[in-house]
Amino acid sequence: MVEKHTIIITVMNNPGVLARISGLLFQRGYNIESAIAAPTEDPEIYKVIIVVQESDEHIEQIVKQLNKLIGTIRVVDISHKDNYIVREYIILKLGVQQKYRTDLLELARHFNAHAIDIETDHIIIELSGNPRKIDRFIELVRPFGIKEYVRSGEFAMSEYQKSKKGEKNGN
Amino acid sequence: MKGAEIVIDALKREKVKTVFGYPGGVMIPIFDVLYSTPEIRFLLTRHEQGAVHAADGYARSTGKVGVCMVTSGPGATNTITGIATAKMDSVPLVILSGQVHTNSIGTDAFQETDMVGLTRSICKHNYLVKDVNDLAKIIKEAFYIARSGRPGPVSIDLPVNILNSKVKNYTYPATINLPGYKPVIRGNPMQIEKLARAIDRAKKPLLYTGGGIISSGATQTLLGLLDKTQIPIVVTLMGLGSIPYDHPCFLGMPGMHGTIAANKALTECDLLIAVGVRFDDRVTGPLHTFAQQATIAHIDIDASEIGKNVKTCLPIVGDAGQVLTELIKWVKPRLKDAWNERVEYWKEKYPTQYQQKKQGPVTPQYVIDALNDVIDPDAIVVTDVGQHQMWTALYHHYRKPRHFLSSGGLGTMGFGLPAAMGAALGNPDKKVICITGDGGLQMNIQELATCAINRFPVKIIVINNAYLGMVRQWQDLFWNKKYSQVCLKRGPDCPAECRGMDEKCPRDYIPDFVKVAEANSVKGLKATRPEEVVPILKKGLHHPGPVLMEFMVSREENVYPMVSAGKPLTDILTGEE
Repeated sequence: MVEKHTIIITVMNNPGVLARISGLLFQRGYNIESAIAAPTEDPEIYKVIIVVQESDEHIEQIVKQLNKLIGTIRVVDISHKDNYIVREYIILKLGVQQKYRTDLLELARHFNAHAIDIETDHIIIELSGNPRKIDRFIELVRPFGIKEYVRSGEFAMSEYQKSKKGEKNGN
Repeated sequence: MKGAEIVIDALKREKVKTVFGYPGGVMIPIFDVLYSTPEIRFLLTRHEQGAVHAADGYARSTGKVGVCMVTSGPGATNTITGIATAKMDSVPLVILSGQVHTNSIGTDAFQETDMVGLTRSICKHNYLVKDVNDLAKIIKEAFYIARSGRPGPVSIDLPVNILNSKVKNYTYPATINLPGYKPVIRGNPMQIEKLARAIDRAKKPLLYTGGGIISSGATQTLLGLLDKTQIPIVVTLMGLGSIPYDHPCFLGMPGMHGTIAANKALTECDLLIAVGVRFDDRVTGPLHTFAQQATIAHIDIDASEIGKNVKTCLPIVGDAGQVLTELIKWVKPRLKDAWNERVEYWKEKYPTQYQQKKQGPVTPQYVIDALNDVIDPDAIVVTDVGQHQMWTALYHHYRKPRHFLSSGGLGTMGFGLPAAMGAALGNPDKKVICITGDGGLQMNIQELATCAINRFPVKIIVINNAYLGMVRQWQDLFWNKKYSQVCLKRGPDCPAECRGMDEKCPRDYIPDFVKVAEANSVKGLKATRPEEVVPILKKGLHHPGPVLMEFMVSREENVYPMVSAGKPLTDILTGEE
């Protein structure tokens, strides 16, 4: 069954690491829906978080192939795990009419979203939360007139104590 | 110490005795140091592709890391085919390529090319050195990565200013710190025991082994397992030589041009023990038809190979030799039984055979078969790619690992001659024979000069059918004999619909290989009739220097047995009416 998988890749902070990961997935015929690469508390370590739409068998291959990259320390598919906090961030530009502005801002408050710029012809709103919440918010504000939005892609963290550097199986 | 000196010092510390390559502008700093480094033999080839295949042949035949050194731009891009060849067949190489000044990278400078980007998908790992202080560490890691785990090529791109920069306190690192790279050598003992029990229970067990046995040096262990269990075995192209051709358990090579016995055994077995193989499509045919009766166990050092193509019930990640050593301890002795009798019956009933008529043209299989009677048993045989390669796989009497070298995964025409040259350099005490076709030889024929000038006594056997024979065979069998662009005699005045005129074609073959050989100071010999084959082989093999023996063979011989692409292994063409 093809479904959305969020994969956390812990890698050494080597040059070109994101190119290696995206190149590998492309070469093997997998599509990346979103990808984030960012530094962590350890300057030597980067986290890359990707979202792919694939079947379980393909995901197993993806995880093994990613593990095989020389700089990869750990690869976890968190899709079926509930002990992860998953978040996403979005900025939306809404060309909302004057008379509906209060309604929009009321809705935004409900979602804990903030208006960060209010102009005569548009309002810019930011929101963070789990990806389902973001999806829902987009649907609800769509009637107000979306001019543009940008999503960060998913990022995630385990709720438990982190494992030590250097733990890895396979090559 | 300058960067260029560090590179050479690092090579010495990695015990590199031989480097294959070709100089160029940005690499002059290293060649300047090499000039006064007699401990390292530099083999100057005539093309960078020749250099990387030679390093590959050196690595395959000796088990050491092959080292290749080329300049930036075209020098680097000319190594690409060779790097991809080595990657597909898991050959340890370190490729040192020059690069433009770090300040010029990205400006489309003269002879600049993005080597790290180009090689990313065809090497095990690659580096661009941006700081001379990282240079020694990177070289150390590159050699370790190339030779450990599943071996493979590692590319290091060296900007010219790095080679010219100085390091104050240079020391070659003693240890490696790669948190992201820990090859698993020891297989999980519980899984190995499970496999042993599965073997004890199996009615029709079959071993399917490949290049992993050779990389791991596991020949003796494998022979020990066969002694204890008598399990029939099929060996892939990459594994040929890992057990002797006449071993009683050996059923031959499986797959598209495999023996009938091997393919029947794969289809009927109830337990398939795959070791150091990757279920290549040329072996399996359509996956939904492959080994349908069998529980599949897969031993491989590369976890990503397990479950990649087939569902595996018993995965074991680990080194082939280590896992088989453990397996021998756990498995119960097994005597020959009805299953052994059955496979032996197939082996006897369906031998791989050919016919050589006394009159009439030489058949290519006969040349390869005749070689068995005159060849030194310790000789290294290197093939190119195509029909002659498959005939060599089917008819050559391989006896030892690392004595049969062939480009398997990538199927690189042009591999044969330079790889044989590398094998000759790495094994001065052994005879090296290159079996090639008239097409493949011409892809790197410039290396004849390298052979001659360095006195590499490579014996080149050219199976000349004046065709790109394997493509012609497909056109013959599956494309209604439309021989499109496969005849190497074809010229503008040939009839448009020439469907092969066999021996009657009036045109001469160009080039005259004997003359090309002689022009390169390589002895040239030619046989056109069956009775000339053995005398020419003997004469060529006894000649002390390099020799090119050209055999004009029947033009439209096909390789059989053959399983058509997309057909199951049971669907075998034998070529008999």
